[in-house]
Amino acid sequence: MTAMVKAEAVHKRFGRLEVLKGITLEVDRGEVMCILGPSGSGKSTFLRCINHLDKINAGRLYVDGELVGYRERGAKLHELPEREVARKRAQVGMVFQHFHLFPHMTALENVTLAPVQVSKVSRDEARKRGTELLGRVGLADKLNTYPVALSGGQQQRVAIARALAMRPKLMLFDEPTSALDPELVGEVLEAMRQLAREGMTMIVVTHEMGFAREVADKAVFMDDGVVVEAGQPEDVLGSPKHERTRTFLSKVL
Amino acid sequence: MDTSELTKEKRTERPEEIKAVPVRHPGRWIAAAIVLLFAAAAVRSIVTSQGFQWHVVGHYLFDSRILHGVLATVYLTALCQGIGIVLGVVAAVMRLSPNPIVSGASWLYIWFFRGTPLLVQILFWYNIAALFPTISLGIPFGPTFVHAHANSIVTPLVTAMLGLGLNEGAYMSEIVRAGIISVDEGQTLAAQSLGMSRLQIMRRIVLPQAMRVIIPPTGNETISMLKNTSLLIVASYGELLFSAQSIYDVNYKVIPLLIVASIWYLVMTSVLYVGQYFVERRFGRGFTRAERATMRSRWLTFGAGSMAR
Ligand SMILES: Nc1ncnc2c1ncn2[C@@H]1O[C@H](COP(=O)(O)OP(=O)(O)O)[C@@H](O)[C@H]1O
Ligand SMILES: [Mg+2]
Repeated sequence: MTAMVKAEAVHKRFGRLEVLKGITLEVDRGEVMCILGPSGSGKSTFLRCINHLDKINAGRLYVDGELVGYRERGAKLHELPEREVARKRAQVGMVFQHFHLFPHMTALENVTLAPVQVSKVSRDEARKRGTELLGRVGLADKLNTYPVALSGGQQQRVAIARALAMRPKLMLFDEPTSALDPELVGEVLEAMRQLAREGMTMIVVTHEMGFAREVADKAVFMDDGVVVEAGQPEDVLGSPKHERTRTFLSKVL
Repeated sequence: MDTSELTKEKRTERPEEIKAVPVRHPGRWIAAAIVLLFAAAAVRSIVTSQGFQWHVVGHYLFDSRILHGVLATVYLTALCQGIGIVLGVVAAVMRLSPNPIVSGASWLYIWFFRGTPLLVQILFWYNIAALFPTISLGIPFGPTFVHAHANSIVTPLVTAMLGLGLNEGAYMSEIVRAGIISVDEGQTLAAQSLGMSRLQIMRRIVLPQAMRVIIPPTGNETISMLKNTSLLIVASYGELLFSAQSIYDVNYKVIPLLIVASIWYLVMTSVLYVGQYFVERRFGRGFTRAERATMRSRWLTFGAGSMAR
């Protein structure tokens, strides 16, 4: 069976600045991978590349066996048309550090928008599923609340439900708890833990060591656009081989 | 020392409610008295002055020709502002396009219509027949589909729509563009990650949020539009000022009829104020930081009491 995500020497430049300098890694189906690394090391950029939000400049990146952003015909790569890109993005869920809920919509409207607009699910069907998803993340009583009236933890859980509403095969989390007050971190991690138990394939950029040790199948330490160290969480986090990893971990803990 | 005993006591005995003597504001009373004095003098001179001829004003206020002009003005305002808003959205989206030809075309449009006086534009459209006696629609250097005399197409109404609508579109596009830019990029990112297309994101995510920024200046634009319809007097369009003029051309009661027109303009702009309030409230949903310093609360805190902020 093919891996859910497969990166081979992925490079990404912004103008002259090379942000990803050859990322190679693999995430299998049902696996949870945690990525950690200092700010500016290219973690967010890598997640955006997986979701076709940024185009890679060199290397190969596959999601579910299909090339990301391009189509290979013979020896040539062809850019995918916008519609194709959108269709692929719909299959990958993404959760952001700053939630990015749609402020002009209630929690339920946030969750039902994409299924109705993109997947052409009927409104009733979408509401039914949206209600169920919000219930699962513990927000059954907040269906008609606007984001401003929700705490950070509640907003992030709505954001998770919004991504799940598209029935993604892969979920990407970019520092989902970094913007939260300490006492709200737990409720978001709990929702993610539950998702992992249900077998969702997840890539999580996080500095929550406890979560990484408990939930992750693989841990990756990135620095300056390269994977410095990858392996079992207990090895990478517990007894890192590289000096850079050790220095970073000593700062985070 | 037993601190728990202390805190316990504080918690059980609620201190007496504060009833402070409010700060007096004699300066406010003096300023108010001066303003009222001037207002009274102004009202007295307006009411008693012979030149205003209030009985004539009363006579023509509900004259059928005037009422007809009022309706025409309302109609024109709605029509031309509508055209302006649609053109503005299109030009703003074009302006933000990555295609340089598309964004350049929008820039040129805005540059031209913002850079020339509205009155000149109206006169230009009104006299377009002199420039292009016939107008044809078709593919350049290819077949023509429609062919007509300019004079039969460019009626006063069409002049109005072209003159006011095109001009307004240029202003509205800048307003819409500012609104679009004001929306956090994370919104687009989140919508893209859900698989929404560029058009869907614009329509469902960006524009509804941009509305909050777009509406207040659009209210101002609509009020300007209402007043600018009076410029169509040069194109013989039968709006309010034209109606008033056609009456005073005959009876020479210029000032009273201008007052009649002004009263109606004030009534219409006042209605627009109220409309703007409700539209702003509608698009403010989900953003509760809206200022609620109402007139009522200002009256309540006028003479005495603590002023918040
Ligand atoms: N759109 C962009 N344009 C230019 N530079 C960018 C862009 N996005 C990210 N970068 C740069 O790429 C580097 C990595 O950023 P990022 O992926 O956000 O790192 P991380 O998420 O690990 O903190 C940073 O130096 C950042 O300034
Ligand atoms: Mg980041």
